[in-house]
Amino acid sequence: MSASGAGGGRTVVTGLGVIAPNGVGTEPFWKAVQQGRSVLGPVTREGCTELPLKVAGEVEGFDPSGLVEDRFLVQTDRFTHFAMAAAELALEDAQLSTDPERPFAIGVVTAAGSGGGEFGQGELQQLWGKGPQFVGPYQSIAWFYAASTGQISIRGGFQGPCGVLTNDEAGGLDVFGHARRTIGRGTDAVVAGATEAPLAPYSVVCQLGYPELSLAAEPQRAYLPFTADACGFAPAEGGAMFVVEDESAARRRGARTRAVVGGHASTFTGTGGWGRSREGLARAIRGALEEARCAPEDVDVVFADALGVPEADQAEALAIADALGRRAATVPVTAPKTGFGRAYSAASALDAAAAVLALEHGVVPPTPNVTEVRHDLDVVTGEARAVRLRTALVLSRGLMGCNSALVLHGHDGRR
Amino acid sequence: MTRRVAVTGLGVVAPGGIGVPAFWDLLTAGRTATRGITLFDPAGFRSRIAAECDFDPAAAGLDAGTTRRADRYVQFALAAAREAVRGSGLDVAAQDPWRIGVCLGSAVGGTTRLEHDYVKVSARGSRWDVTAPEAEPHLHRAFQPSALASEVAEDIGAGGPVQTISTGCTSGLDAVGHAFHTVKEGRADIVVAGAADSPISPITVACFDAIKATSTRNDDPAHASRPFDASRDGFVLGEGAAVLLLEEMEHARARGADIICELRGFATFGNAYHMTGLTKEGREMSEAIDHALAEARIDRTGVDYVNAHGSGTKQNDRHETAAVKRSLGEHARKVPMSSIKSMVGHSLGAIGAIELAACALALRNDVVPPTANYETPDPDCDLDYVPRTAREATLRSVLSVGSGFGGFQSAVVLAHPERSTS
Repeated sequence: MSASGAGGGRTVVTGLGVIAPNGVGTEPFWKAVQQGRSVLGPVTREGCTELPLKVAGEVEGFDPSGLVEDRFLVQTDRFTHFAMAAAELALEDAQLSTDPERPFAIGVVTAAGSGGGEFGQGELQQLWGKGPQFVGPYQSIAWFYAASTGQISIRGGFQGPCGVLTNDEAGGLDVFGHARRTIGRGTDAVVAGATEAPLAPYSVVCQLGYPELSLAAEPQRAYLPFTADACGFAPAEGGAMFVVEDESAARRRGARTRAVVGGHASTFTGTGGWGRSREGLARAIRGALEEARCAPEDVDVVFADALGVPEADQAEALAIADALGRRAATVPVTAPKTGFGRAYSAASALDAAAAVLALEHGVVPPTPNVTEVRHDLDVVTGEARAVRLRTALVLSRGLMGCNSALVLHGHDGRR
Repeated sequence: MTRRVAVTGLGVVAPGGIGVPAFWDLLTAGRTATRGITLFDPAGFRSRIAAECDFDPAAAGLDAGTTRRADRYVQFALAAAREAVRGSGLDVAAQDPWRIGVCLGSAVGGTTRLEHDYVKVSARGSRWDVTAPEAEPHLHRAFQPSALASEVAEDIGAGGPVQTISTGCTSGLDAVGHAFHTVKEGRADIVVAGAADSPISPITVACFDAIKATSTRNDDPAHASRPFDASRDGFVLGEGAAVLLLEEMEHARARGADIICELRGFATFGNAYHMTGLTKEGREMSEAIDHALAEARIDRTGVDYVNAHGSGTKQNDRHETAAVKRSLGEHARKVPMSSIKSMVGHSLGAIGAIELAACALALRNDVVPPTANYETPDPDCDLDYVPRTAREATLRSVLSVGSGFGGFQSAVVLAHPERSTS
């Protein structure tokens, strides 16, 4: 399959918007990521404090009203607030808006896993506590997974192809593949990304069935992938949105290229044990590199999935070794999310955002809280590392068995 | 060389028709499967009717472990996927698993089980700070909609791209459409494509009550779903699943597969207008139809049947009639256009896949299913809606359209394996 868009050109990232536990806005996020700051902390949301989950990455001080009009905010859940705000930041960054003459030229795709849990719980309480007639008209549009794509499309007047992927954690990378192929079929640009807000009480109860969820009480020890103390992952909320664009369309309107989408591939290895993800993830990496026409030696940094479960960490280390060969032992590997948690499908979108910023700055950010790495990987711990970066590999595996790999190049990383 | 995509297997779990033969019998007889809700006590709700599946997981071959773990909509999908694979004659074990994908749609995912357990952990909605211990061990699978494609992929043995699509009422068309592109563009040779939903629960019924989208013909459920009829008053909620086994054409031919039809085109656009509202002119649906026909390389006069979204809301029926006229021009008046929602209700994300299964069967059997309950024309809806009785017709290609949540508009084109020129 060709890696190029409709005009035979490349697909590029021209805008980026981040709402994360360690920073609302792209610059605060990057600053915290680069410093390796850990913001994991006790779960403080109303109704959540007595539950067995003790540590998570909460987005504090988020006020969407400066970015999104009230009429959208009242009819949507927090996960859509994150998505609309991040999309607005990305669109501002890309200086992109709808051309009324060509309304079908811009599409939207988001990934989601937990839906509008807080809004939905409120309406369930109305229904069961009071009666059917107390369920409000916005429940039908706020709770379900398609809410963010629909509202971003409406707010921006984007009538191009719209998509919603509920592909577990890997969905945050799959949106890049989806966007690139949509552009390949003739769309100029796609607003793409993922956000999650899984920290409402009932949503937390639903997650307790995941054996991978960390129930540790001490924030600095709750999420320690690749170490002997790995005890699962700490969940988080937030996410990132991007403007993904056909390079020639971006050039025509004078947009700045922040990164190049090189390649993407995904596989499935099920929920029968993390050992199986080794082969699936290795195949996804090879597929993404092939699509990007890259050799393993070209990979300058790996943003790891870093689940924090010993069997899964081992499988990931082996998958990297299988796919990258000799390069695996020397390539810098990082997992900034150990500092702010794993926001389900938005986790990999945040990794992609960190990768774009790392490529721009020539800096591999560290893996907060992680010190003694027990695998044969060069995991960057402690301080950020300045390196010349042209190609980043971003990995994700989902709790329902999907594995995805994404290759991003710096804006001058022409191949 | 352009890869082509064959449909080589079908599986359906529909109200009034579990399995392809029963489903096709229902449609060609023009029977309706709408009735008073039995899945819960609907007293106190505005709309108390639905199209329910009389689904027996054991009869569908699902073991007790699967039934406990998988939500109702996932069970539907497993049954439909197994039927599709069985019917295709494909020896899955002999295939390269990395070249098999799954792409399934669902609008509301596991919300029925989510609600069921919510009631337990909240002491019937009496408190915000829910408790944990009463929750079922598999609740996270209801919380995570990717459980749908994941369960089916594990069951089939797929290792390629596995996706769950949740674009509201167009989820079914979009999932099959994305699966089509996945095969056409070479990311897999075989994709289990389709959709499933089981939304008949108090919260979802209350949702649609709140926006007055559903029919209140509670005293006459069998005639409540009346697309295009002047006396229609909203849609009737349904449930179910359908799966189409998509296979790269040369792969299918090489193994001597029975090719039911060819998938030829797919497009989706948004109206960027309203989460649940539609524009009068139907421009965005028309854009989707035009793009799907262009990809299919089929002229509008080559369309011999339109499977309508036909939900039975006034807004939809007029919007869709305008869109079809806009795209097919004069030809729109000559093409039969029907809505099977008149018989099996509107199963949200699932219905698009169920409708595509109906289209595949129409092409196979040269029969156009009718619009049941259509009696009194609406002056704004003046096309041939195939009233009440199925009709024989020689079909070259068919168009299926969908519309809904988020303002999304989708179109899929299928063609007879031999008759349609390219």
